[in-house]
This record gives sequence, structure tokens and C-alpha cells, in this order.
Amino acid sequence: MKVALFVTCLGDTLFPEAAQATVHVLERLGHEVVFPEEQTCCGQMHLNSGYRDEAAVLAKRFLDVFADCDVVVSPSSSCVGTVRELYPELVGSTHPEVYELSELLVRKLNVTDVGATFPHKVTYHPTCHSLRVTRVGDAPLELLRNVHGLELVELPRADECCGFGGTFSVKNAETSTAMLADKCASVVASGAEVCTAVDGSCLMQIGGGLSRNHAGVRTLHLAEILAAT
Amino acid sequence: MSGFPDAARLELVNPQLRSNLRNATDTIREKRARVVGELPDWEELREAGRGIKADVLARLDEYLEQFESAAQAAGAHVHWARDAAEANAIVVDVARRHGVTEVVKMKSLTTDEIHLNDALSAAGIFALETDFAELILQLDGDWPSHILVPAIHRNRTEIRDLFARTIATGPLTDDPHDLAEAARVYLREKFLDAKMGVSGANFGVAETGTVCIVESEGNGRMCTTLPPVLVSVLGIEKLVPTFADLEVFLQLLPRSSTGERMNPYTSLWTGVTPGDGPDEMHIVLLDAGRTRVLADEVGRVALHCIRCSACLNVCPVYTRTGGHAYGSVYPGPIGAILTPQLIGVENAPTLPYASTLCGACYEVCPVKIDIPGVLLHLRAKVVETEGRSAERATMRIAGRIFRSRRTFELGQRLARIGFPLARRLPGPLAAWTKTRDLKPVPRQSFRTWWRQR
Repeated sequence: MKVALFVTCLGDTLFPEAAQATVHVLERLGHEVVFPEEQTCCGQMHLNSGYRDEAAVLAKRFLDVFADCDVVVSPSSSCVGTVRELYPELVGSTHPEVYELSELLVRKLNVTDVGATFPHKVTYHPTCHSLRVTRVGDAPLELLRNVHGLELVELPRADECCGFGGTFSVKNAETSTAMLADKCASVVASGAEVCTAVDGSCLMQIGGGLSRNHAGVRTLHLAEILAAT
Repeated sequence: MSGFPDAARLELVNPQLRSNLRNATDTIREKRARVVGELPDWEELREAGRGIKADVLARLDEYLEQFESAAQAAGAHVHWARDAAEANAIVVDVARRHGVTEVVKMKSLTTDEIHLNDALSAAGIFALETDFAELILQLDGDWPSHILVPAIHRNRTEIRDLFARTIATGPLTDDPHDLAEAARVYLREKFLDAKMGVSGANFGVAETGTVCIVESEGNGRMCTTLPPVLVSVLGIEKLVPTFADLEVFLQLLPRSSTGERMNPYTSLWTGVTPGDGPDEMHIVLLDAGRTRVLADEVGRVALHCIRCSACLNVCPVYTRTGGHAYGSVYPGPIGAILTPQLIGVENAPTLPYASTLCGACYEVCPVKIDIPGVLLHLRAKVVETEGRSAERATMRIAGRIFRSRRTFELGQRLARIGFPLARRLPGPLAAWTKTRDLKPVPRQSFRTWWRQR
């Protein structure tokens, strides 16, 4: 299948590893990945901060850039959620097939074993958007359970927000940090070596907290684990 | 009203508050999940609740007049109040006409919202709070921090000390039974002497003119049945069309609120009945900003709220900051969308941003209020009303950068040069690096890698 990659502005600039891993996983499974180079940002930051006009411009731009692509995949569930769930209200239409990576693999391509090997103890943080907006459900867990050598350990209070929330992390930095402290404590309590998720921004928050506390736990995007052999 | 971030900062430094909140909200959350989980038709019930509320709001004018006629026919006096001042004046007037200097009150957010106690006090009338938690707060000059559990931020040792100082007639332990008994002894006399009761309402039935309250302690039943005069203040959004509609809400509310299948006391009263309950009954229908909320087609779903507080208990922000940070009697996610609409977003511009948009509130709301959706809507209104700001300028620039591939790629290069180490970000972004590390911007963006592979 030909799949267009929506890398996201943050992913392109700050976490290229997750997008590269997405390309590797899909190509390994025999799919063709294309990258429309005109893409920039879906408008999520503007929309979530109250700048609807700017967001609408970026939404229309996104729909133009991906107009010729049948299937779009992204390693960010919150950007997928914006395109799929919020564009209809914002600009009156959306792209018919935009998927977060784990959704594409499990629901659309019916793959749960991507042939990955990752012999580490891993815990999965279900990000709020993947859980309640994009609703990827257990897809990431199904994929993780089929990674060879991987030991999946439960994250206490998994469904609680990490405190990122885009500009919330700066506007309400103290509250964000209090939420993050609890999330980091849960990650450490899980006994995992690696904490994974399907949103780079939440991993940036959790990783930033773990690193500051010298917790000895790394963060990796789900795609990076799935790409590991 | 001071902004949410500043108010939250004051609360966050109190570890006792956070652990009190965490323990209390965890307990209620678990109870709620259990009793909601045992109903196979929970989703249908939520949809029914949402549907009834949407219908009420769409035809509120008709339902209000129907309610007024039915209540009057049953012998109640119905008053209309445009704002807090009018509502308070009505209650004060009733009290004065009966020469009352003390009224007994049941827990009521609506009367807290309009600061009725202060208005009564200014008229020389003392309003005694008879709900256990409200009594605690009143005795200590404190104010509610949770819709259901107003004194959630206080622990029992603090309460023992307070009672010992104020109402206790003898030595007191911090055993909950002892504390409740002390309050009971104090309140019983007051109930028996009271000449006037004041209540809010959970529901008003348009068809019959009936007022309904649900509660746990029975103090509300005392307030509404013992004194000869009763005044009930209802927000105009509290109506349901028919008596049968209560069936839906009396299932949704206790399960969402206290995590009980049924609340201990459900009181319903319709006008006056000779020899049974009050001889004189007044109903104050309160607008106080509600019609303004109603005029907003997106924001009006906030008026669906039945004040269960489930959204507070699951909110990761509320459970860290507590209710006082929201600066209103309506804290938590529902407060973040209701308060700015009731008083105008320009008067509470930080509240719509007091959320990570995690969506936990929407998931548990018994009447399916899309709180994240309304937050986004209100954020757009804040931006509209604020005009020029540094943030707006930054967002404009960011918007420009994202509008073309060329400027975006230029922006990426500048980010790489500007923040090679990212130990401390500039401007407002410094708040990020104060508590969190940031990986340096990678030397190669994804698109560069893509081109070179």
C-alpha cells in the first residue's frame, strides 16, 4: 500500500527518529512511503490556544497538501486527532483516511507482529489524545505484546494526563510540573527501563521530567521500538 | 479575580492539600466507576440526560412559564430575578416581612454563587449553613473547594479543633461519629427554632411546578419541612419537562456524584399543603448570566450540568490545585467553562486555559458535556477579546512560518542554530526548562534525512 507520511512540525524538527522509524517499519512490511514535502503543521497549537483563524489556514493547507494521498499516517495521535476530529468543525471537511501509526498497522493493515525485537522492560503511557480523541484503544499494546524479547510492565494510573497539554505546560507550568512529577513517579514505580507512547510531545514532557530527576528511565516513541530488530 | 496560574501556585505548595485531595477524589472515583459499571444502559442514560437537557434549553421560555403556572396553582409564590442583586433582595424581603433574624440553609451552590449569605447578613439576618461541610466552612470563614464535598481540603483534626473552639459543648475527639454528633446537637435546636428555610434545587419540574433536591445528610429535608416559610432559589436551567424525566436524572446524579446507586434523601415539594411542611413557599427563578450562556450555541451545553462533580474527581488539574484556584463556587472543568460564560470571558480569561484538554471530564460527564470542545470555543473568545498581546504576535509569526515550506525550513534551521543546547529557553518558554530537560534540537531534521537517504 502507498502511504503518505505526515511527520508533524514538532516531529520533523525535534524528534526525527520517530518518523524515520515509522518509515522503516512500513517499508519492512512491504509498503511504499511517500513524503509530501510541502507539509508543515496541522494547526493544532493554534487551534488549541484559541487562534482559530490561523488554525483554519493551516488546516486548509494540510488538506491541499495531502489531497492526492489515499492513506496518511502519522506518529502523533494528537495531530491525527486534530485532523480527524476537529477539522470538520473548523473548516467543514477533513481527509478521509488519516491514521496514527498503531491504528494503521492493527486496524487497517491487520498486522500485530511487525517483526521487531527489543529485549527490554517497557511500560506504555496511553496519551490522552490517543485514548480519548483518536481512540487507538489497545492497538499500541497489541503491537508491543508481539515484539520479541520485550517485557511489557503495567504503568500505575496509566490513563492520567502527563501534564503537557501544549501551551498549558508553559502557561500553567507549576500545575503541569505537579502532574508530571506524579507521572514520573508512576513510570519509575513500574520498574520499566523504557517508557513509550504514540505522541512525541508527551514523551518530550515525560522524558524531560525523567531526565531532570535522573530517573534512569528512557523514553522512546512506539515506532522506534517497532523498528528495532 | 486573580488568574488561575497564580492562584494554583499558592495551592500547589501545600503537600497536605494535594494528598487530602488525592485520597478523597480517588475514593469517589472508584465508587463511581463501580456503580456506573453495573448499569448496562449507562450510555443510553447519558444520552437520554443530554437529550432532555438540550430540549429544555431549546424551549426554556415555554418550560419556565409552564413551571411558573404549575407552581402558582399549587400555592407557591414565584419570583423572577435577573441577577444576584434582585434574587438576594427578594429573599431579604421575604425574611423581613416575617421578622426573621435567622434562616436555616441547606447546601446550595446557586445561593453561594449570588453571595446570598452576605446579602442577608447586610440586612441583619444570619443564614446558618446546616450541611455538615458547609457548617465547617462557615464556622471558619472558609469557602467551598468542591461541588459535592465543599470541605474536601480540610481534614478531621482541623475540624475537631474548629468545633472545640466553636460549637462543642464538651470534650471532643476527631472520630467522625463524634464530630457529626457535635454538629447534630448544635443544629437540632436551630432547626426546631427556625422560622424560615432557604434552599437551592437540583431540579424543577415544569409540568407540575415541583422542586426537587437530593442530598445525603437529611439536613435539607429539615430545612424544607420544619420552618413555616421556605424560599427555594433555582437557576433557570434546572428545569426538566416532566415528572417522569426525573427518572433519568435520579439515576445519573447519585451514581456520578457520590458513587451511590441512590442518594439517601430525595425531597420533592409542590407548592404548599396545609398541615404538612411550610405554610408559605417562595421560588426564585434566577438568571444571573444564564440567558447569556444560552445565547451561545456552542457554550450553552455548560447549562446541561447537573452539578455531580464527576469531572472534578477525574481532572488531573483539579486534583493537583484544588477548587479555590478556580476563584468561583464552580471549580474544576465545569467551572472552567461555566464561570467565564456566566461572568464574561474577559473577567476570567485564564480559566479556559486551566486544562490540558485531556478529555477525562467529557468521558465521565453524565449529560455528555463536551468540556474540551467548549474550552476551545472559549479560548477563541479570549483571544478575540484580548486584542494585541505578545502571545498573539508570536502565534501570528508561527502561523506565517507554517504557511509555506520555505519559511518552515528556514525556521527549522534557525531553531537548530538558536537552541543547540537548550538548557534554558528564552522568554515565557523558560518555564519549560525550569523543571524539565529538553533534548537539543537534532542536527538533521526528518526532511533533510528523507532527501539524503
